[in-house]
Amino acid sequence: MTLSDEYWFKTSRCMSAIVELQGIRKSYGLGTPVVTEVLHGIDLTIANGEFAALTGPSGSGKSTLLNIIGLLEAPTSGRLSVDGQDTAGMVDATRTALRGRSIGFIFQFHHLLPGFSALENVMMPSIIDLGWSSAKAQETAMQLLEQVGLKDAAHKRPSELSGGMQQRVAIARALSLSPRLILADEPTGNLDTHSADEIFELLQSVNRERQSACLIVTHDPRLAARCQRQIRIVDGQLI
Amino acid sequence: MRLPFAWMVCLRYLREGRMQTLLILAGVTAGVAVIIFLTTLISQLQASIIDKTLGSQAHIVMKPPRAVNLPSLPGSSTAAIVQPRAQRLRSIDQWEAVARLAAQTRGVQAVSPILSGAGFAARAEANQPIALLGVDPQAYQRIVRMDKYLTLGRFDVSGANTVIGVELAKDLGVALGDKIRVITMEGRNDLLTIAGIFDIGNRDLNRRWVYSSIKMAQSLLDLPGGITEIDLRVTDLFQAERTALELQAQTGLTVDSWMQTNAQLLTALKSQSMSNNLIRFFVVLIVAVGIASVLVVSVVQKQKEIGILRAMGATPRRVMSVFLLQGGFYGLLGSALGSGLSLALLNFFSSFSRNADGTLLISPDLEPSVVAWACALALVVGLLAAALPARRAASMDPVQAIRA
Repeated sequence: MTLSDEYWFKTSRCMSAIVELQGIRKSYGLGTPVVTEVLHGIDLTIANGEFAALTGPSGSGKSTLLNIIGLLEAPTSGRLSVDGQDTAGMVDATRTALRGRSIGFIFQFHHLLPGFSALENVMMPSIIDLGWSSAKAQETAMQLLEQVGLKDAAHKRPSELSGGMQQRVAIARALSLSPRLILADEPTGNLDTHSADEIFELLQSVNRERQSACLIVTHDPRLAARCQRQIRIVDGQLI
Repeated sequence: MRLPFAWMVCLRYLREGRMQTLLILAGVTAGVAVIIFLTTLISQLQASIIDKTLGSQAHIVMKPPRAVNLPSLPGSSTAAIVQPRAQRLRSIDQWEAVARLAAQTRGVQAVSPILSGAGFAARAEANQPIALLGVDPQAYQRIVRMDKYLTLGRFDVSGANTVIGVELAKDLGVALGDKIRVITMEGRNDLLTIAGIFDIGNRDLNRRWVYSSIKMAQSLLDLPGGITEIDLRVTDLFQAERTALELQAQTGLTVDSWMQTNAQLLTALKSQSMSNNLIRFFVVLIVAVGIASVLVVSVVQKQKEIGILRAMGATPRRVMSVFLLQGGFYGLLGSALGSGLSLALLNFFSSFSRNADGTLLISPDLEPSVVAWACALALVVGLLAAALPARRAASMDPVQAIRA
């Protein structure tokens, strides 16, 4: 372990950062004649309980960065630590487990499971984590639905809910294991202004009450302005 | 609702794709029913054919070696006309030792020494050529179930009693308790009392076979202390030839199994079994392809959901088990329904297909081993057919899957 590595490790603990990126690069098409580098060495730290917006034009690498932070994709080079754990050399199962426990995802198109009720969708991360559905998980899921104002819709299928309601279920689902980090990929992208505001406020209150760090990818400068911190990415570099 | 994750998702997917589930279940059900029905039908028909053909025959017959000419000079150095030897009635040398050896051979169930020779049965002016069979009734009944074939009287050949066939009784105009005279080519004759009349379903044998005690036959055929053949019954019918070869090597006698003497029957049975296996193979193949194709389509349809489950922390192994369970479910439920359907089919067919004598051609009984075998096969086929789609689902890249 070199000196700088040691320093990096110490700082990541001291600062109690939830996510720590150092020199993250991501290339596609490795081993083929056309190699495209999407991220050109990203250094980024997100502190516990931070509420940050990630903005940038299309094709700037926002989603790739989010996927790497969310452990859905592996970086080509660089170091990434999530919740104090260095992810280099982690096997898929460990990576999956860390993702399940520490990170909650909210996608642009809610991505609820159509065959399951709202309640079951919210319970799903806990069912995956335990391997079973438990009464406690059901209770927690019900409370979360209540918190997002959908207690009455608990037994409805996603197709029976409006877009805003579906996104609120998705937020409740992201919260179900009380993750320390919530990653949202344009959560308000396909909603009208009114619903978008509601969702944004919901995320803010979650951040306040649960101290979960939030990283929100958004195109909406109005919403980005309301975040504690704005991270801007252009052509694969932070500016 | 305390189901494991994989079961919960699997059952929900099955319910969601109701139409697909029902169709493939119908396919598996039909496949399993066909396999069980055909196997039961063919094994029952074969058992009935074997019983009819071999019921009145020994599985293995041991006879003295054929008498041959033994030239004292090499054949090429003499110019002579060699006539084949006539085969006179001879006893098996040391037959009691041979019978004991046969009884101790693996796979042999019953041994019956028999003395048989040609003669005539006469009453008043009527006479008929016969084959006189001197038997030990107890040993013989273990080879041929005479009690099954007796129409009148008992199978009693003690003393001067005899048992004859219905055709001979008709030809000579005799009934139970009457006497017939049996004359042999050795110039001996005796008066025998009819103690039983049999019908073994073959007109020729009903006319020719006349049973007596071994002692009576020995005296009539002038072969004191001798017997001319040893009949054997084996436990495994289709191992008869091997046992016969073994005994032939050990004794030097002529040993024939039913598989040689009824070569055509054996061919028929074998080709029947082969066609059954062929049908089974193709049914299994079709069922497997059906399950696999349904699951392949399902994996493609559920691509996005698989990606979401992976993003929420489901391991590839868990995703794989969701689809493997579906395959197993199709196999298991399909085989349960298929067993029921095959029982219904058997009941239906047995209700109107009957033998010439009015007995059932097919009995509506399922062999438990056949059902267990078919169910196990369906389960394995379901799991194997699901393996490929399941692996595909498990190896999906969550990012690509969600984006798709």
